[in-house]
Formats: sequence, structure tokens, C-alpha cells
Amino acid sequence: MAEFTLPKNSKIEKGEHFSADESAENIRVFHVYRYDPSDDSNPRVDTYEIDMDKCGPMVLDGLIKIKSDFDPSLTFRRSCREGICGSCSHNINGVNTLACIKPIKDLKGDIRIYPLPHMDVVKDLVVDLTDFYEGYSSVEPWLKSDTPAPEGSERLQSKEDQKKIDQPSACILCACCSTSCPSYWWNGDKYLGPAALLASYRWLQDSRDDAKKDRLKDLNDSSKLYRCHTIMNCSLACPKDLNPGQAIAEIKKMIATEDLNE
Amino acid sequence: MTKETRPLSPHLSVYRWQVTNTLSIIHRMSGVILYFGGLFLSLWIAAIAFGGSFSQVIFSILDHNLIRLMLVGLTFVFFYHSLNGIRHLAWDIGKGFEPNQVMNSGILIVCLTFILTALFWWFI
Repeated sequence: MAEFTLPKNSKIEKGEHFSADESAENIRVFHVYRYDPSDDSNPRVDTYEIDMDKCGPMVLDGLIKIKSDFDPSLTFRRSCREGICGSCSHNINGVNTLACIKPIKDLKGDIRIYPLPHMDVVKDLVVDLTDFYEGYSSVEPWLKSDTPAPEGSERLQSKEDQKKIDQPSACILCACCSTSCPSYWWNGDKYLGPAALLASYRWLQDSRDDAKKDRLKDLNDSSKLYRCHTIMNCSLACPKDLNPGQAIAEIKKMIATEDLNE
Repeated sequence: MTKETRPLSPHLSVYRWQVTNTLSIIHRMSGVILYFGGLFLSLWIAAIAFGGSFSQVIFSILDHNLIRLMLVGLTFVFFYHSLNGIRHLAWDIGKGFEPNQVMNSGILIVCLTFILTALFWWFI
């Protein structure tokens, strides 16, 4: 049964406030979720005033500024700072997105940064993605072919067939989509979620893959696939403008139209 | 650090309500309401079929202002659920998945629901 409220140890308490220098003229206020696993305290939200004249343009720049100026213990994932590694996904002003490609000036009012929703928090903004990755690996996201690759050459792909997998291949596994999905919140232990299903779709669509039927048979399950109720938060959240919701619908169509018993 | 002791990150309390998940939860709630609304419909049909004092009681209940207001709500819910059902059918054949289409079709069916409900009670 879905739990709509947070457990006792997860209730958010009021945190500290850190002011900017008095000389600062261009201040934006950041509210950041903090959790320290080394003591027994609950999570809290700390508030930081940031002088935008001394800060880069993106939300990630703000986080880095907080870490360097106010509190070096602030913990978050980041790497490429250009929207290709998928590390700095957060819930920013209520919507999941990548901090590195979200301009601060696009956000109205205070900036509120929380970890990805309905996940176990390891520390501050870092969540445990183990189950998310397990879902991904369970769709066996690799080429399964009955025939060896042609001698002395790679498996060639036509431009038309490549086009079908261009979009789903562009997924960076940031988990913004899966953790925006209420169905994944309530059924994350059984439901694969949009990211893993998009990955599965990428291989179902690959003209070089021979395991389509087996893949579909595995997905034809009331929990793994059909917990998707076409809510479509996933496709709105995707920072790469991919469409996992549509991919899931295409998988459902494949199962409805293919003879899986043959 | 064991898994049990880790806090759960906030979800419903922080995620901004999107058109998408709002319409989805209304769809589910309207389905539940229609289930009970069906009871009203069958009572009404039974009242017509049986006649007599039984139908007198049912008709007087249905004539109550509060019940009438509920019936307006019920037709609203009926139109919403039907129109969103059509939206779901389009999705089932793979149409209307671009984010702007998802938003526009959602807003469209909400407007249509208001219009159809108003027309229904205007002509009844």
C-alpha cells in the first residue's frame, strides 16, 4: 500500500540560515535539503543567501558556491557540468532536472533544492540509486544476437533503423523521469519505471537485436510494465527532451500486437 | 549505515503539481465516484420499473437540492472520465505523446467537461 506521508525519521526540520556579505546587492536565496547520517538528527532545510554577482549562472554553480563559501560538508553528485553525465539530477523548485543545465534566472523566487523524490537519502542531496540501477540491468540492456558479427566488420545499421534508436539511446540515466513518476514512488520495488523501460525499448527497436520476443515476454507483467498508467510526468521531467512515456506505450502496443507464444 | 535508517526523500510534499499527474489522479478518483454513482442510476431505474411508494421515496430523495448538486457533480465526473478515457485510447494507439500535445489535450478535455456538463443541465 502506498504511503503518502513521510516516515518519522524523514520529517523535515527547520535548518540554519546563512547570510550573504552585507555588500552583496544581487541576492538569491537557496533552500537546500540537508541530512547528516553521522548523527541521529532528522533531515533539515538550510537557507543560504547567495550573491549572484559572484556566482555562475546555473543551479549547480549555486550549489558549488554554497559548498565553497558556507559549508564544505554539503554533499551532492556532479561531474560534467554540461548535461551529459546525469549526476546532478535534483528536485529543483518542485520539478526534477539537472542542476548543471538549469539557469538560476529561469527560476522564480527562492530556489528550493531537494534530492530526487521518494528515494533513500545517503547524505544531503545524494540518494541511493541501487534499486534504480537494478531495474536498468534487469532489462538486459545489451545486444542479443543469434548470429556472430560479420567477419572483419561491425554489425552495420541503416540510417533509417538508426533513427529509431537515436532518441532512446540518448538517455543518460539521471533518474529524473523515474523519480517524477507517482507510480514509481508507490511501486518502485516492482515497477521498472520509465528510465529502465526506455532502455528496454531502445533494444526492442534495434534491428540488430534478435531477442525481441523474449524481452517482451519478460516485460509482459502487471507490475514491471503495466504499473505505468500513462501519467506522463516522466516525459515532462526529462532534461534531455526524450519521451519515456511514449516508449512505454510503444512497448504495450508491441505486446498487444505480437504473437508471443510462437 | 543500513537501509532502514536512511530517511526517505520528500515526494508529494515537494513535487510541483503538474497538469499530467493532476488529471491522472482526477481520472482515478472520478472512476471511484462513478462506481458509487452507478448505484444512484440503478436506484432511479428501479424506481421507474417498480413504481408505487418505493418510487415516491426515491424521487423525493432525488428532488432534494443537495442530491441535485451531487448529481451535477456526478455528470461532471462522468464527462471528465469519458473524455479522459478517449485521451487514453489515443495514447493506447500511440498518438498524442508530445509534451505539448499531452498538455493541450488535457486542458481541452477539462474545458469540454465544463461545457458538456453545463449543456447537459441546460437542456435537461
